[in-house]
Amino acid sequence: MKDYLDLNEMQLDALKEISNIGAGNAATSLSIMLGRKIGLSVPKATLAPFAQIVEVVGGAEKEVAGGYLSVDGDTPMGILFLLSRDQVPSFLDLLFGAMITPIVNSQEDFMLNEIQESALKEIVNILAGSYLNALGVFTQHVFIPSVPALAIDMAGAILGEVLQSIGNVSDYALIIENMFCEEKKQISAYFFFLPEPQTLKILLNALGV
Amino acid sequence: MANEPVKIGIAELKIASTPTSIITAGLGSCVGVCLWDPIVKIGGMVHIMLPDSKQARNIINKAKYADSGINLLFEELCKNGAQKHRLVAKIAGGAQMFNFPNIKEVMKIGERNVEAVKKELNLHRVNLLAEDIGGNYGRTIEFFTENGQLLIKSIHKGVKII
Repeated sequence: MKDYLDLNEMQLDALKEISNIGAGNAATSLSIMLGRKIGLSVPKATLAPFAQIVEVVGGAEKEVAGGYLSVDGDTPMGILFLLSRDQVPSFLDLLFGAMITPIVNSQEDFMLNEIQESALKEIVNILAGSYLNALGVFTQHVFIPSVPALAIDMAGAILGEVLQSIGNVSDYALIIENMFCEEKKQISAYFFFLPEPQTLKILLNALGV
Repeated sequence: MANEPVKIGIAELKIASTPTSIITAGLGSCVGVCLWDPIVKIGGMVHIMLPDSKQARNIINKAKYADSGINLLFEELCKNGAQKHRLVAKIAGGAQMFNFPNIKEVMKIGERNVEAVKKELNLHRVNLLAEDIGGNYGRTIEFFTENGQLLIKSIHKGVKII
């Protein structure tokens, strides 16, 4: 596998399918944690040059909370959990109940305290863990994620940093996207899977496509 | 009235002349490098993602790297009427968005990008007039070819001009 552009339709479908299995497992974990039903969208794969890939997350200037972790070793990949910034308070409400809400400075501006940041990171950790477990069972591989890091800022700035390791080997990025949603509070969060080119080979071999 | 601004994304490069401005949105650890010729009022911007093209396996997009990107920006500007000795530079970006515990030097890509950009500008003997770099936040920048001003917007730090 030289680059993402060498992927055929069937291989892309296979990657979407394993992402769906991973995300299904992650949605179940989230659902148990929150005690609510969590829906999952059909996975979407986007293959685009770096300059365009940021449209996947709603444009470079969209304000988001992004939780990121990476898998290193012989299967490098990135996992990014994105939540629109204005949904962060409702998401935290779901986690804690209404007792802890962010320190609100104004309607648009708020800061998270340490506990809230840590809670968000932990969610990302659990989601990524479930996702990678399912992926691992399916492909007979062990994927060990890094600790999660959190940033609340412009989507372009966050994604730019996530794409850096892919930047050294490709001019394109492949992003497989799953959306989680909780109907009552109308929260939708995005889960992005970014396998690096060398990882594709291993995943596809394991799937036999 | 100014024209519609020209927009560039990650790993892109464009030039423009007065009164058109150039915008790039959401710079994180990437660095926006702007060069400007004050006499003919032509300028260019490159949105650099990585420090060094020599570490890359296959380079198709030169605008991605500090060294090849800045070289290309010089070439493009000089081809379009700028004089190399008149060019001045302004840069912004190079933040570190994610704070991992025990972060390795090699992972501080924002810092490394800025370092590589400055080294390259130095090689070309260009005067770096102003910079807004580092931190842990994203920036949107607009470069005005009319007067060489660089406008920087971020979510919490408001707007400033360098």
